Amino acid sequence: MGRYIARRLLQAIPMLFMISVVLFALVNIAPGGPLSGHGRSRRIRPEKAEILKRQFGLDKPLPIQYVIWLVGNDWMRVDADGDGVTESYGERRGILRGDFGFSYRNRQPVLEEIADRLPNTIYLMGVTLIVVGIIAIPLGAISAVRQYSVFDIVVTTLSFMGQAIPEFWLGLILILIFYAWLNNPFTGAPLLPSGGMQTFGMGFAIWDRIQHLILPVTMGMVGWVAWYSRFLRSGMLDVLHQDYVRTARAKGLSEHLVVYRHALKNAVIPLVTIFALDLPSIFAGSLYVELLFSWPGMGRLYYQAATGRDYPMLMAILIIGAGFMITANLLADIAYAYLDPRIRYD
Amino acid sequence: MTKDQVEAGQKEQNSVSVRSEEMHAPEGMLGMVWRRFRLHPGAVAGSIVLGMLVLSIILVTFSPYDPEISDIGSRLQPPSWEHPFGTDPLGRDVLTRVLYGGRISLAVGLMVVAITLVIGVPVGAVAGYFGGWVDNVLMRITDAALSLPSLLVLILLSAILREVELPFVERNNVVTIAVVIGLLSWMTVARLVRAAFLAIRELDFITAAHCVGVSNSRIMVRHILPNVVGPIIVESTLEVGYAIMEESGLSFLGFGIQPPTPSWGNLLSNAQEHMTKHPWLAIFPGLMIFLSIISINYIGDGVRDAFDPYKVLKQVGEV
Repeated sequence: MGRYIARRLLQAIPMLFMISVVLFALVNIAPGGPLSGHGRSRRIRPEKAEILKRQFGLDKPLPIQYVIWLVGNDWMRVDADGDGVTESYGERRGILRGDFGFSYRNRQPVLEEIADRLPNTIYLMGVTLIVVGIIAIPLGAISAVRQYSVFDIVVTTLSFMGQAIPEFWLGLILILIFYAWLNNPFTGAPLLPSGGMQTFGMGFAIWDRIQHLILPVTMGMVGWVAWYSRFLRSGMLDVLHQDYVRTARAKGLSEHLVVYRHALKNAVIPLVTIFALDLPSIFAGSLYVELLFSWPGMGRLYYQAATGRDYPMLMAILIIGAGFMITANLLADIAYAYLDPRIRYD
Repeated sequence: MTKDQVEAGQKEQNSVSVRSEEMHAPEGMLGMVWRRFRLHPGAVAGSIVLGMLVLSIILVTFSPYDPEISDIGSRLQPPSWEHPFGTDPLGRDVLTRVLYGGRISLAVGLMVVAITLVIGVPVGAVAGYFGGWVDNVLMRITDAALSLPSLLVLILLSAILREVELPFVERNNVVTIAVVIGLLSWMTVARLVRAAFLAIRELDFITAAHCVGVSNSRIMVRHILPNVVGPIIVESTLEVGYAIMEESGLSFLGFGIQPPTPSWGNLLSNAQEHMTKHPWLAIFPGLMIFLSIISINYIGDGVRDAFDPYKVLKQVGEV
């Protein structure tokens, strides 16, 4: 098992390298870019643009730019004031040494800004995932145990609907109902807030925090509850027809023990795997939630970087995202091997 | 009548009934699939809803309103007989715009599936059939593509394409969006086709084909591919739904189809500003996405049950 993990980790390195080359090329090869002033009223004068280009190192050929991005430029002379003369050594250390550069938007270190936003996304997604688990697992399990009952039919239909609802539309409808239409009967204010993590200028208050979570979490959760309850239902149905479940019944165990100890435990195994595989998409999905509810997280950060062509920020988030994907895949395989002793890797 | 006679009579009856079954022409695969598909209530309902949707999308050509020309005299009217879905801030009929948007969504969906198949089937077939280093290289590329954070890359590519002048096509039109989505979604089909090819190439009838001198390409296309059609159709059906969802998401973010061309996503995005007072702007486009995707998913579910894609793999002992 240890050797298997080590081999997978070693395979991940060339793959991450390949992905980084492709992404770097995509981000940088396109015409336009941060200095074209696209979509803004204030255009940058051409001579000023030349200076900025030299300062940012954008005048160099792409492969050199990639090497600088990877390992830094403190080993080569750069043109720090943009006058066309390379006079001093660079200061960038490259992503391999943990330097993701400075954001073009506000000249803050990229990593600092990410460190600022990441906890907010983890907070939102953490709560969402807990709610998904609490709702989806019982729904799926009960609907399998009572296959073809009214409960099962309702859950199955709802899960089809939940998977077909576009996340962003659900968010709009939630805002419409709980912010625009329904009012708090005591204060006359909107029933639930439509944006932010807490009331502006207010200190930490648990009820205020919860109120701000309800709509974003509902929006983010529906599709995943639908998917996991459906997935668990079919897994449960498989397991319930296995020989060992019949054996458990035959030796006189109570139905409760059979279902929840013997069957559910085994039906959850594939769920853990698929959950690890889904983790990156779950986080990516928070992009819509964060945009709609002005949540200061990673999704919104990426959206701003993409609209403003903030190369260092885009690259940082993309690479972190790709690393996250690869880790999630690896975790899925490990979880599978760990939870299902029949699977052996060598 | 003795017991023996009774038994003999039953035997005779049995053999008669067997013979009468043999008299019928064997039912083709498509006939069987169709028979099973019709028994799936969700799939039938989905087909009807999707059929009506497609019909209205075609017939919208005869709408008395233009989807893009504004009519300031009738701004932001609530739903009425003249405008069943109301009008937008520029006085355009929302129903007409929603149906024209449906053309975009369905076109993107179908094009994405075409691209997915054009890339995914050959990659999977070659990798699974030849194996060895070819398989290794192709599958590493597939893995790498699967490791891309797809929504982020989708946004990046369409953000770039929004600013690039392309020959022959407008910026961010149906084709570029479909290509971008297609390039990020062929991997599932490739893996599926590879697994099936890997399993089927070991079977005796393939060995037999080799022995009589059938060429590799002919074996792949004529002998193996027909056995994989079921899973491919199921996956393609569901892919239409994913593609519609992705396109509307991109357009909603402002990276997809650009106004004034209507698409379900950008209609929703533009609705945000006026939505609290004029909710019809936000309700109907989303409802259309919802209806089309749920009917596609039900159809996909029905097709899956009808084909039972695992049957192919079960027969060859893969599952």
